[in-house]
Amino acid sequence: MTSPHIEFQNVSTRYGSKDILKNVSFTVGRNEIFGIIGPANSGKTTMLKSINRTLEFIGGATRTGTITINGEDTRQMDPNALRRRIGMVFPLPVGLPMTVWENVAYAPRRMGINNKEELNEIVERCLRQSVLWDEVKDRLDLLGTRLSGGQQQRLTLARALSLSPEILCLDEFSIAIDPVTTMRIEDVLKELRKTMTIILVTNLTQQARRLADRTMFFWRGEVIELDKTDVIFSDKPADKRTFDYVNGVFG
Amino acid sequence: MPENTPVKRRKFQFFDFIEKPMELFIRICGWSSIIGIATIFVFIFKEAGPMVPRLDWVEFFTSSRWIPNPAPGNPASYGALALIVGTFGTTFIALIIAVPVGLGAAVYIGEFATGKVKETLKVVIELLAAIPSIVWGFIGLMVLGPLVKSIFTAAPGSAWSKIMVTLQLASADGGTTQGTNLLTGGIILALMSVPVIVSLSEDALRAVPDNFREASLALGANTWETVRRVLFPAARNGLLAACLLGMGRAIGETMAVLLATGHSNRIPEALTDPVRTMTATIAAEMGECVQGDDHYRVLFILGIVLFVITCAVNVAGDLIIKGVKKANKA
Amino acid sequence: METASKNPFAPGEFERKKDQALAHRKWVMFGFCMLLVLPLIAILVDIFWKAAPVLSFDYLTENPTNKGKEGGLWAPLIGTFYLVIGSLLVVTPVGILAAIYMNEYAKDGWLNRTIGIAVTSLAGVPSIVHGLFGLGAFVLAMLPGFNAMLGLEGDEKWEAGLLTASLTVAVMNLPVIITSTREALGAVPQSFREACWNLGATRFQTIRTIVLPNSLSGMLTGIILVVSRAAGETAPILFTGATFFKFIADEGVEKWFPYGPGEPFMAMSMHLNIISNQISQMPENMKFGCAAVLIALILIINSFSIALRVWLRGRKRW
Repeated sequence: MTSPHIEFQNVSTRYGSKDILKNVSFTVGRNEIFGIIGPANSGKTTMLKSINRTLEFIGGATRTGTITINGEDTRQMDPNALRRRIGMVFPLPVGLPMTVWENVAYAPRRMGINNKEELNEIVERCLRQSVLWDEVKDRLDLLGTRLSGGQQQRLTLARALSLSPEILCLDEFSIAIDPVTTMRIEDVLKELRKTMTIILVTNLTQQARRLADRTMFFWRGEVIELDKTDVIFSDKPADKRTFDYVNGVFG
Repeated sequence: MPENTPVKRRKFQFFDFIEKPMELFIRICGWSSIIGIATIFVFIFKEAGPMVPRLDWVEFFTSSRWIPNPAPGNPASYGALALIVGTFGTTFIALIIAVPVGLGAAVYIGEFATGKVKETLKVVIELLAAIPSIVWGFIGLMVLGPLVKSIFTAAPGSAWSKIMVTLQLASADGGTTQGTNLLTGGIILALMSVPVIVSLSEDALRAVPDNFREASLALGANTWETVRRVLFPAARNGLLAACLLGMGRAIGETMAVLLATGHSNRIPEALTDPVRTMTATIAAEMGECVQGDDHYRVLFILGIVLFVITCAVNVAGDLIIKGVKKANKA
Repeated sequence: METASKNPFAPGEFERKKDQALAHRKWVMFGFCMLLVLPLIAILVDIFWKAAPVLSFDYLTENPTNKGKEGGLWAPLIGTFYLVIGSLLVVTPVGILAAIYMNEYAKDGWLNRTIGIAVTSLAGVPSIVHGLFGLGAFVLAMLPGFNAMLGLEGDEKWEAGLLTASLTVAVMNLPVIITSTREALGAVPQSFREACWNLGATRFQTIRTIVLPNSLSGMLTGIILVVSRAAGETAPILFTGATFFKFIADEGVEKWFPYGPGEPFMAMSMHLNIISNQISQMPENMKFGCAAVLIALILIINSFSIALRVWLRGRKRW
């Protein structure tokens, strides 16, 4: 593991009276691809939302414990500045009701970048990175909501990359995308890791196996096991439940 | 290792500068409705205040002697019983007509009608709601009134007159002589509250989940049985709220009843007797009284009574609707 | 043939009766709907028929003379126009911002609930009570203070007029615009907002760039509704500035700007109210003419809102 980038220290979240995360602690290294696997409803999405503090928008949700980025407590930061440093892609594709170009240029324009050339460059770079460029390069003025599900998903990824974030969180990003395109995006992710830390939440255990340096098995709000991906997917992970999940015995 | 170059904020734009002041302004405006209702309360009580301890409240609620401008030397008296009876009488007639018609129309529009028919009916209901109350009053006075008059008028002592007196449709003094009366006012108010009842009942019916309908239909019940045995019970609260809000509209209505009820301060004995409501009294007499005198303040007290009644009715209706929404969400 | 007649699923006596009953009830309910539609049509036809002799372009552009027994409707029409504009200027920004606060900023809690109840109560206040409020608050409390502040004396003093009436009508329409705007804002999917927040856009930026552009047309229907209500209301302006007769110029610029904000004004609804039952020997034609013009005005305004809705349904962006 390289130097720590994101650190969870005893993080617990509650939604009303329901515990979602139970005293979670772990560290994500810089420029690491960090895989998180686990069954649905384990609190993986909640974990991502607590990193960029969008959990605060959900009524009744509370968090305790500390999350630090580069050793700095996220609670001390301006939430909007924090969110600009973290690219987020959630499973449901969201094309904003504006053109494809405007979708990708949305965040940079909010940052005060108005130079058309510069924006064009950002749009092209992000769309290439999300493997959408070839499909939409002639139709950049199409409404983002008119794209297909898989295209919207990649548009969401392109938006998340538009501010060159230092952390990219992908939550089951490939759910609406065909396998071939998924493989191409995975190649891009291997490129992107040179400049950013990637947290990859996935239901496809094989995807984590292909990409992640380290993988965490997460179940019912608790970290069951965190180790090198090779170990998690080997015949002898430390916890029997990990072996069962990875091999499809339960989950 | 290559360095990441995050995008830095370039320059502040116009909207960034106004963001904080705008948010403050939005917050202030958020309070506007509370401020509105509070100031209404304050100012009406302020104008009515000095009269509150002096008013003979027993007389106000039990006598129908409303004599604000007595002959010189006599005391004024403010018995509002006839006005209260007038308000509730017209509202009652209106509801008797509007509730069945409104619910029936809502069921037809919501469950039976399709396509163009449905759209047309909805537009008509909307137009009914849009017609201003003064126009309804005009219709009562000029169109419906003469019609009612021609139906119920009879020579004193004639057979038709006797029938109507027995049925309390008209008073003994030769049937009605005026077209504007309790019945006319009630019909006009019914037409005015029907749109409220229809649109809210339709919402209530639409809020019933479709699987209720499907389950009922799958058991072999036809549409009507489904409406009767499944939808009505399931949407009961919503329908009740619709009727309450329709009632709220009827009680608070002013210009229509001013023109269409005959404006006569007495307790009606028959369906076609002219009456007078609290709202119409305020509208008609405020212009004549001197600002600050007793009469003026009593009119504000009538306003308070109306304010309290309609607020109670509307908030109750709204709470019922909200309760229904919550129950459906859970 | 044999097998067909023995179809086990063919309706029996019981089912046939049920179907008949259903058909009957359907007709009864259709009858209820017709009870609303037919009288409305009959009444409208009756009014426009009786109004037909006076209806003309001149009727709209001439001032009323001889207590409204002759002449046209220009003065009340232009008064209603300014009343609508005046109240819109106040109620639109306040109402829309209030709705934005309730929908986008306020968290579920006692404050939001209280505001909700206040909106409901405000919507339920009878129009005549709004009139009383306008009299007490704007005419009797605000105007004297205003005059004293500006040091206006004698004839210069502002009296109950366009300003006070517009404010009263604005307060009355506040809940209407809040409710319709909230509906329009609520129609924008929450996922759009979340997508923007995830990109680090502030709440205000999100509202400005995503929520408002996509709910603007929905809000417009609410504003049209307010226009229609403001144009038709009588009770709130009875004591707050509307008057039955005010002499205004027949020609020139003053014909278009006849009323100052501190002057009593004529309005269509008020005009109809007075000529229909308070002036003796008013020609029937004039009464029906005034009613017909007011109805036509309201119907035209409302058909804008209906057309806008149909158009909106045709161009959904998501």
